[in-house]
Amino acid sequence: MAKQKGITVEGVVVEALPNAMFRVELDNGHKVLAHISGKMRMHYIKILPGDRVTVEVSPYDWSRGRITYRYK
Amino acid sequence: MIKIRSRDEIKLIRESGRLVAGALDLAAQLVAPGIETGALDKEIEDYIIGHGATPEFKGFHGYPAAICASVNEEVVHGIPGTRALRNGDIIGIDVGVRKNGYVADGARTFAVGGITETTELLVSVTKRALDAGISVVREGVHLTDVSHAIQQVAEGAGFSVVRELAGHGVGTELHEPPEVPNYGNPGMGPVLKAGMILAIEPMVNAGVPGVETLADNWTVVTVDRHRSAHFEHTIAVTAKGADILTQ
Repeated sequence: MAKQKGITVEGVVVEALPNAMFRVELDNGHKVLAHISGKMRMHYIKILPGDRVTVEVSPYDWSRGRITYRYK
Repeated sequence: MIKIRSRDEIKLIRESGRLVAGALDLAAQLVAPGIETGALDKEIEDYIIGHGATPEFKGFHGYPAAICASVNEEVVHGIPGTRALRNGDIIGIDVGVRKNGYVADGARTFAVGGITETTELLVSVTKRALDAGISVVREGVHLTDVSHAIQQVAEGAGFSVVRELAGHGVGTELHEPPEVPNYGNPGMGPVLKAGMILAIEPMVNAGVPGVETLADNWTVVTVDRHRSAHFEHTIAVTAKGADILTQ
């Protein structure tokens, strides 16, 4: 069975949660619980509600994702 | 972390792989105009269970069947059901078997009755792309050397390669690291070591490379609804080349 690669979508952060988790509303209307990618943590990239971000969503669980980019 | 499997573990994966091959041989006999994909699923599930093994796909992220049966424009992950095969169709059958805790994964695309020359070319090129990928495998090559070889054959024949889905490591889980894409520049990704187990699976489209997933959340179809073919083997990397475990 072929493996689904992660799907990247864009969205807007609506809520900051503990443990560097965020609630992100995707452009397609879905709300996902997303954490920050390790690379973004290493570079101390801060994320605030209202920021536009790129999220990698697991194809098997559409309610979880990983923030991989924050737009300026 | 890509797991390195011992000789004993590879032996067990080969045992599961033989059942994958047996199940696909059975499918080859059963595929004919008129048979429903659900009937194929039932026969193959019985075959796997009858050999003291379990169908690995059933329940995988909630997948409802033992096989994936992907007809014509369906690329992969087609759920078996009441669709009856018709003369001129092609059907990709993908099977995963777990025995003694070890998993093997394999797929073939079959012609139903007589198929057109173009479709036949699509199927044979996909098979050749898999063979080309496997022939590159050896300890010391990069993962994407394999990907590149597959892409060269598929695109060299004027077809396109699906990007959104990839092959994968396999062993005690159906999907293990690494991802094995079917396209890319050579010389990238991890270096293969003896004892790594990979499921290599080119998905080749007759039209554009784009795919989309239907509302059932599983069935992947081509966006232009042109046909797609799929072949897969589970292989072990050795110092000399690839050891095909699903034959």
